[in-house]
Parts: sequence; structure tokens; C-alpha cells
Amino acid sequence: MIDPKEPKYSKSHEWVRYDGDDVVIGISDYAQESLGDLVFVNLPEVDDELTVGEALGDVESVKAVSDIISPVSGKVTEINEALLDSPEMINEDPYDAWFVKVTDVQETEDLLSADEYDEFVKEEEA
Amino acid sequence: MKLIFERSVPGRGQDIFPECDVDIRLPETPLREEAPKLPEISENEMGRHYTQLAKEARGVNDGFYPLGSCTMKHNPRINEAMASLPGFTNVHPLQPADTVKGCTEAIDTLRNILCEITGMDDMTFQPAAGAHGEFTGLLLIKAYHKSRGDEGRTEIIVPDSAHGTNPASAAMAGYKVVEIKSNDHGTIDMDDLKAHLGPQTAGLMLTNPNTVGLFDENIMEITRLVHEAGGLCYYDGANLNAVIGMVRPGDIGFDVIHLNLHKTFSTPHGGGGPGSGPCGCKDFLAKFLPGKRVIDGEYTQAPESIGCVTGFYGNFLVMVRALTYLLFNGSDGVPELAKNAVLNANYMQEKLKDLYPVAYDTTCMHEFVMSLESIHKEKNVSALDVAKALLDFGIHPPTMYFPLIVDEALMVEPTETESREVLDNAIAAFRAIYKKIIESPESVAASPVTTPIKRLDEVGAARHPILKYDFSGEKAE
Repeated sequence: MIDPKEPKYSKSHEWVRYDGDDVVIGISDYAQESLGDLVFVNLPEVDDELTVGEALGDVESVKAVSDIISPVSGKVTEINEALLDSPEMINEDPYDAWFVKVTDVQETEDLLSADEYDEFVKEEEA
Repeated sequence: MKLIFERSVPGRGQDIFPECDVDIRLPETPLREEAPKLPEISENEMGRHYTQLAKEARGVNDGFYPLGSCTMKHNPRINEAMASLPGFTNVHPLQPADTVKGCTEAIDTLRNILCEITGMDDMTFQPAAGAHGEFTGLLLIKAYHKSRGDEGRTEIIVPDSAHGTNPASAAMAGYKVVEIKSNDHGTIDMDDLKAHLGPQTAGLMLTNPNTVGLFDENIMEITRLVHEAGGLCYYDGANLNAVIGMVRPGDIGFDVIHLNLHKTFSTPHGGGGPGSGPCGCKDFLAKFLPGKRVIDGEYTQAPESIGCVTGFYGNFLVMVRALTYLLFNGSDGVPELAKNAVLNANYMQEKLKDLYPVAYDTTCMHEFVMSLESIHKEKNVSALDVAKALLDFGIHPPTMYFPLIVDEALMVEPTETESREVLDNAIAAFRAIYKKIIESPESVAASPVTTPIKRLDEVGAARHPILKYDFSGEKAE
């Protein structure tokens, strides 16, 4: 179980966890809650180059398809293939259900701490 | 109800065809090892099966069908009468051109009328549906830039309120999709548009009125800016019903368009077609149009045609229906379609907005979008729940959760073919549901209760779809 306080967050509701120089990316609990039950996930391929601010993949609920925006630029080293068969893992534990691991990180958008992110979500909700 | 496989009894069948008395010789290699497991069923039982299916389905013939952005209008029966004429049905697309003069004249007449309505100069009827028309239009834009040696135009601009088909068609045509924002009024953010225009812009795709049912008042400036940057303007005809006979896309700066004959022009749709998405263009693009047409009794192709996007003429009988509809309404009647479509939408919006907040509180065009965000937060009743509750009133739900820029959206398009009584009945249903939301929200969340199948497990169906029948004896797997 990963503590939601540990990762950093983007304003488009992705979390970013540092693993040495590499990063792991997933979506926040708030994101999975707002999207609802997820039924399909699209992930990039290993070795794909991600660009900060651009979609790295998408998730589909029974309502809609939403892009997952990459908070970093870098190269994908690993994808969580288990999500492709079991997208419900994201709803069950969004912090365990990572999407991609990225190395060679060139650029990172300004990320929020967990507390700042909570505050940001509260403002969005208001 | 039973599946057709569950009605099947070995050895039972139908007597339509006599025993085969032809000596059939097939090569060995492609033969399947066992016969296909087709249901074995008598004509009587088969008739019952399909009748029951029809009873459990719901269409515009059953009742109000305000599915936003889909223009589920009545298909006048005279359309069907004309489309059944043997002169239109007993023909083959490979017949010599001089033996199908009536058919080609029907196509030419329809092309002339639609060009007049849209302000275009030419049109192809090959595309079989709206998205197919979009794709064709984008290929015309691509051919245009290429013919000028202007190869650096790699981006198509699409607003965030667009139908999902727009970015999909642009991607299919090999373009990079650039999304621009809507402003607080639900129309295009001009600053964001300007920021994204440049020598890389191949074109802009726009639906006007847009998917929140609003006409973009900056349209002349928008198309001027795109042209100034060297791009072309594509008009998505999805919402043409709001302005048909009133505004011509060709007059407000659009170079290429598609229409949905199966929406705006009353030909039946739903259940997968057949549709027709003709793609119209200005003169300077006509030389790239796909397909062949008969001119002076000869099949001819545009000089720099992009090729064919489907076989032959397109869905011809859909075109006959649209032509009938237009001739029946006449040039006086066509603008009335738009006026009444807009009137009906505004009537419903006004009668509902005190209970269901509209996303953009202004006079709408042919459809309006309600946001159930506050209802969802306060009562935990979602747009989906209200959509399901409408089923118990015999009303097909509006479009849900679209456009994406509106939270908990319900998008209502009544069309001009519904009477005051039908609209009042639907308004009463919406208001009765609101009362239930206040008094017993859990009962709304439990709806529908009167339909053959109650609340579906949509998540389960999407995650674990059952797509094949298990013949081993017991159950579908």
C-alpha cells in the first residue's frame, strides 16, 4: 500500500513518484473517483518518448474517454500491462496501479505536493 | 427472452430453398472442417423471434427520442414510398450509364439542391456516414495543400467541444490534432485559436452551432483568421438542422463540409445505418473529389481525384429519401425546419431550466445541454440516473456525458417533428423525476423498473463482454 501523501501531483490529476532518477506515473484517487468505473486503458509502448503536457495514453469509463497527460518528458521503460486486462485495478487502488515507468527525464512540469494537490482539488470542487 | 440459438432444434428448418441439384466442386484448402452452427428454426418461430426483438427495442416510431446531436426526426413515409419505386431499386451500379438516367438525374438534382442550401459548388455522395464524410473532406484539404507544394501543414485544429469523430478523422487522415479551448460562453476562445494558428495549420474543423447548442458569433472572424494563416475551414454538418435554409456554411467562410442525410434530411438512422455523409466543397477543391459520376451519359472522374472512398455511388436509396424530403418541403419549407427545431429546443429549455440548470444560460439553437453537477453533488443522483428514469416514462434518454466540457451533461434535441403535446409530456416527465430526486433520490437511482431489462451492469458488460454463444450445452460463456 502506497501512501497518497508520498507522490507529487499534476494539476491534470496524475501522480508522480520518484524512483532514483526515474519516475513512475499513475492517476490520483480523485481522478479515478471522478472518472467512475474504468473499463479500458490505452498505454504507450516501451521506448516511446513522452512529451510533457501531451497525452501518454487514455482511460475509458462507461461515460467517456479521458487522456492521461504526461507530467514529464522522457522515455518509457516499462508499462503496467496488468491494467490492460484489469482496468478495475485503477479504481481499487490508484496508487498501486501505476501506468508507466519513465527514464531519461528531461523536463517535468511544476508539480504539487500532496497537501497542495488536496487544496487544489478542493478549489476545483468549490 | 430466448436467444435464437436457444430456440434452435436439430433437424428443424425452413423450406424456402429446394435441395441443391448442382454438382458443386470446391478446392480442398479453404474448406472449413465442420459446418457452421447456424440456428435450426422454423419460419414461424423465426418470425416470433424477430417480432419479440422488435418489441424490446425502442425507436423513434415508439416515442419521443431527444438524443442530442443525433437529430432523431420523423422519417416521412413518402420517403419510403419513393425509395421503393422499382426504377430506383431494380438497378445495378454496373449498368451502362444511359440505362440509369433517372437515377443519375435524381443524384444530380439532390446535389444541386444541397449545394444551393450549403453554399458549396460541388459534392460527392460516396461517403457512407458522417465520420466518413469528415475523413473525405480532410483528404481534400490534404490534396489541396499537397498540390500547392505546401507540405508543412500538419495540424488540424479542433475545439474541445467537438464530436469525437473530428479528432479521430483528423488522426486517420494523418494529421496532428490540436485542441483549442472553449470560452465561458461555450464558443471558441479566440485567443487560444490565434495562439495555435500558423504555417503548420492545415485547417480547422468546426460544428456550428456547436455541441452545446450555441451558434458561434465570431464565425466570420474565425474563418478569416484560419484563411489568413493559410488553412482551410471544414464545416461539420452534424448540427445543420439548426440553421438549414437560414445560414449557408459557404457564406460564412467554409471551404469543405459534410452533411448527414440520415439526420438533417430525415432518412432513418440508428441501429447502424445505412447512412449517407456527402462531402461538399468549393470550386477550387472540386478537382480532388472522389468517385465517379455520370456527366452527359459518360462515367467521369475528377481530374485529380483522391480515388474512391467507397464503391460506386454511395448509399443511393438514402439519397432518394433525402431528395424526396427536400422536394416535399420545398424552398419555403426548409427554413421552417430550422425555425421549429430551434423553437422546440428553446421551449423545453425554458420549461426545465428552473429545475435543471443549463450549462450556458442563453437562447439555444436546436439543442440544449443541462448540467446535473449540482444535483449530483447534493442528491447523489447522476445524469445517468435521470436518463434511466426517463425510460419509465416511455421516453428515450437524451445524450449523456457529452459534450465533455460539461459535467454531468444531458443534451436534449427535440427536433421540429415533435408536437407541443409530446414536448409538454416530456417536460412533465423531467419535472416528475426532479420531484423524485428531492423526495426519494434512491428510487431514481434504482430506475428503470418498467423496462424488459432493468438497470444494466454497464461496467461488467464493458469489462467482461460475452461475445459468443457456448454450444457445449448449457450457457453462453
